[in-house]
Amino acid sequence: MNIHDALFWFFSIAMLVCGFLVIANRNPVTSAMFLVLLFVFMAGLFLLLEALFIAAIQILVYAGAIMVLFLFVIMLLDIKASERRRFKVVGVIGGAAVGLAFVWELAIILKQPVRPLASGGAELHGGLEEVVKPFFAHYMLPFEVTALLLLVAMVGVVLLSKKELK
Amino acid sequence: MTSALTLNHYLIVSGLLFALGIAGVIIRRNALVIYMALEMNLNAANLALIAFSKFNKLIDGQILVFFIIAIAAAEVAVGLAIIVALYRRKQTISVDELTTMRL
Repeated sequence: MNIHDALFWFFSIAMLVCGFLVIANRNPVTSAMFLVLLFVFMAGLFLLLEALFIAAIQILVYAGAIMVLFLFVIMLLDIKASERRRFKVVGVIGGAAVGLAFVWELAIILKQPVRPLASGGAELHGGLEEVVKPFFAHYMLPFEVTALLLLVAMVGVVLLSKKELK
Repeated sequence: MTSALTLNHYLIVSGLLFALGIAGVIIRRNALVIYMALEMNLNAANLALIAFSKFNKLIDGQILVFFIIAIAAAEVAVGLAIIVALYRRKQTISVDELTTMRL
């Protein structure tokens, strides 16, 4: 096993453990902290897949901006840890059955290897130039629409946080 | 350096993370934690897209991930603003206690 494979197993197992802890923790602050860790491990997986630019913005936008927003809101709302929930037996059995059916289906699908498309070009390196160039050519319109969407979201947030809506 | 990893390895990790996210959305009652689980779902989709991009040698997957991250940022901003507005009005963010629309 070479270093690449070892890192893959480390990152993916650590990421899934963090994901479990996010949903299993009763204190939202601890959940948020494990979510930050999950994003960092995910960025590690992106690096292994040679998506360097995406790994960088994963850290900057997700682990940085989005998680700061989450923590800020948790602080603002002063939420107490939720108490332990009791689950109905029927619900647990039904949920487990659906989950097992999903895993069974996945196992059937993934038994045969996924064939790569024939149209692939040269080896990718995921650098800034490679990722950003299509934004100014083929993906110009979606890129501009994203900018508009961010503006609309900003206006919406300002409106939502007004004291009283008229 | 030859790696034994195939596309399927990444897809399985992505599927497991997505399943964890869905479980979080269903199990948890705290609206903020439900939002975090939704972020996990988006990340699982991102991982699948980047894995496909790498193994098909096409850059489009990474561009789609860029858009998803931008939209996730907008979505989180709006969603958290809604949660804050909700808390101001109802003094709770537990989805069990938000029963205005229950028949």
